[in-house]
Amino acid sequence: MSNNVLAFAESRGGDLRRAALEAVTAARAIADVRGGAVHAILFGAPGIGAHAPRLGAHGADSVIVVEHAAFAQNNPEAVAATIAAHMGRGYGALICPASATGKDIAPRVAAKLQVPVASDAVAMTANAASITVTHPGYTGKILQTLTLTATPAVVSVRPGSFLPKENAKAGAVEVLAPVGDPAASRVKVTETATGNTAKLDLGEAPVIISGGRGLKEAANFTLVEELAAAFGNAAVGATRAVTDDGWRPHADQIGQTGRLVSPDLYIACGISGAIQHLAGMRTSKTIVAINKDKEAPIFKIADYGIVGDVLEILPVLTAAVKQAKASG
Amino acid sequence: MKIAVCIKRVPDMDVRFKIAPSGTAVDESGLKFDISDFDGYAVEAALQIREKLNAGEVVVISLGPDVVQETLRKAMSMGADRAVQLKAETIPADSYAIATALAAELQGGGYDLILFGRMSIDTAHGATGAMTAELLGLPVVNAISKLEFDGGTAKMRRELEGAYELVECALPAVVTIDEGIARPRYPSLKGIMAAKKKPLEIRPAQLAEPRLVLDAMALPPERSAGRIIGEGSAVVPELVRLLKEEAKVL
Ligand SMILES: Cc1cc2nc3c(=O)[nH]c(=O)nc-3n(C[C@H](O)[C@H](O)[C@H](O)COP(=O)(O)OP(=O)(O)OC[C@H]3O[C@@H](n4cnc5c(N)ncnc54)[C@H](O)[C@@H]3O)c2cc1C
Ligand SMILES: Nc1ncnc2c1ncn2[C@@H]1O[C@H](COP(=O)(O)O)[C@@H](O)[C@H]1O
Repeated sequence: MSNNVLAFAESRGGDLRRAALEAVTAARAIADVRGGAVHAILFGAPGIGAHAPRLGAHGADSVIVVEHAAFAQNNPEAVAATIAAHMGRGYGALICPASATGKDIAPRVAAKLQVPVASDAVAMTANAASITVTHPGYTGKILQTLTLTATPAVVSVRPGSFLPKENAKAGAVEVLAPVGDPAASRVKVTETATGNTAKLDLGEAPVIISGGRGLKEAANFTLVEELAAAFGNAAVGATRAVTDDGWRPHADQIGQTGRLVSPDLYIACGISGAIQHLAGMRTSKTIVAINKDKEAPIFKIADYGIVGDVLEILPVLTAAVKQAKASG
Repeated sequence: MKIAVCIKRVPDMDVRFKIAPSGTAVDESGLKFDISDFDGYAVEAALQIREKLNAGEVVVISLGPDVVQETLRKAMSMGADRAVQLKAETIPADSYAIATALAAELQGGGYDLILFGRMSIDTAHGATGAMTAELLGLPVVNAISKLEFDGGTAKMRRELEGAYELVECALPAVVTIDEGIARPRYPSLKGIMAAKKKPLEIRPAQLAEPRLVLDAMALPPERSAGRIIGEGSAVVPELVRLLKEEAKVL
């Protein structure tokens, strides 16, 4: 069994995603326990290899670069086939981000290698023989401890759980040819479009400002966006009531059937705190709630609650945050 | 179009769970069970396709002990034509083991489309659909929020973080369903009566040996009780102070 660990370095639109650095960081921890090396595998259109040094800086001993024009878009079939074939060189584990793209790749590779996958790990320990992960299930209400007894172990790690750590290694670039013809994949991505206006993604942002039906109408989401802008490191989320009404795209929905997030700070604006919404955000470190109804269930889990009209409070809060940021 | 939908029986999440004395299962007493959220969307999507084409068959498949027959009947009362139980003593924690059994059942079934949920709401790996597809040698598109057909090609929308992509794939294919596609209908009384007479086959599940082992289950640490700091915009300065000095997030 090899002690080396392969990390899937996710990219989109020619850029490395933060999740790539998290996967490398998580892989590094396992390789260090086992005395092995970390290899990061990076797919993209020609030119993507330019990002290799950042992967090296976060702990990749080598960076395997697979460039092809057909990797300008996600190409899960060709990516999974190439990773699975490359794993044949001998790896003890594959670490992917538990992002939409990573969760699309990990089970494909695992099935090709006839091994299980553990998804969405929030913590991970390894010894020479196996990897054990903590995996939230039951809408975050139960933490499962799971051991992967097969080799290689395939794990996807939840964004935000393994913060990128600088740990400079060689990052020596190795060029690899894709398996088969990526242009001939049966699953074809014809277009990738930006869905929401926020620059930061929900999975990556340390602060999330979320809005619910209490905002009264779609246009009032500008108040939420302005608060997010004041923080500078915030993304905008929403409840299902709001995405159902088309005020926000479905991709912004947080909850049981939406995104699961755990930012440092979650500000719930005009959100009642239905159980299905809490399922997606209850693990946030600090929760603030603004709601005009002091009996709203969101206040049961809010570290800091303000009772009042969100339309009146948001502009005041935005100004105060701007001022706090300006005064350092 | 011949459509299969793989559905899992899961507990309702709207409760405070207790861990069973074994430490590796939830205490099931008093729990209600139903079709896993996304699998319900998948059943609805299948029914709408059949209704639109006014032809075809929807087969629902569930792996587990005899109680999953209830889940299968529910899907048939929504409108699925027939059902298969892959009988196993328990539902394993290992999605790969489940995928091997589902693939063995689906193999040679002549399905044009095989639907899964994006992930099960209890074990929550989001892996079984893609793994089953790989075992069957079929293409798979994961976590889609829109699905249309253009002849024999499925045209789909997939949500990414802060973006979405449009995806095409020729049938036969495996597709895993996210929310957004269709709200599951409630069974009608007529549907419930009809479901009692629909065929439900029972076969042993051909499970691979599970190699993702559940060592323990635990409840996450309780959040400290909520605290209201005041009313109206006058408390904003106090909130900002707390965020800065106590929570240290500003
Ligand atoms: C199977 C299933 C899955 C679901 N999945 C999800 C999910 O993933 N995510 C999700 O969010 N929901 C989900 N839901 C829906 C969920 O049950 C709730 O309906 C939804 O979260 C409510 O959204 P809301 O808080 O915006 O709206 P409401 O519940 O209508 O709450 C609005 C709140 O705003 C407050 N308010 C009104 N006016 C003001 C004002 N001027 N100032 C301040 N406060 C004000 C009100 O007091 C109220 O508390 C799901 C439901 C089901 C059945
Ligand atoms: N025991 C089961 N029986 C039938 N289908 C299942 C079973 N377990 C999982 N599935 C299907 O696989 C999907 C993903 O499950 P999971 O990999 O557990 O997240 C579910 O939404 C179901 O469609």
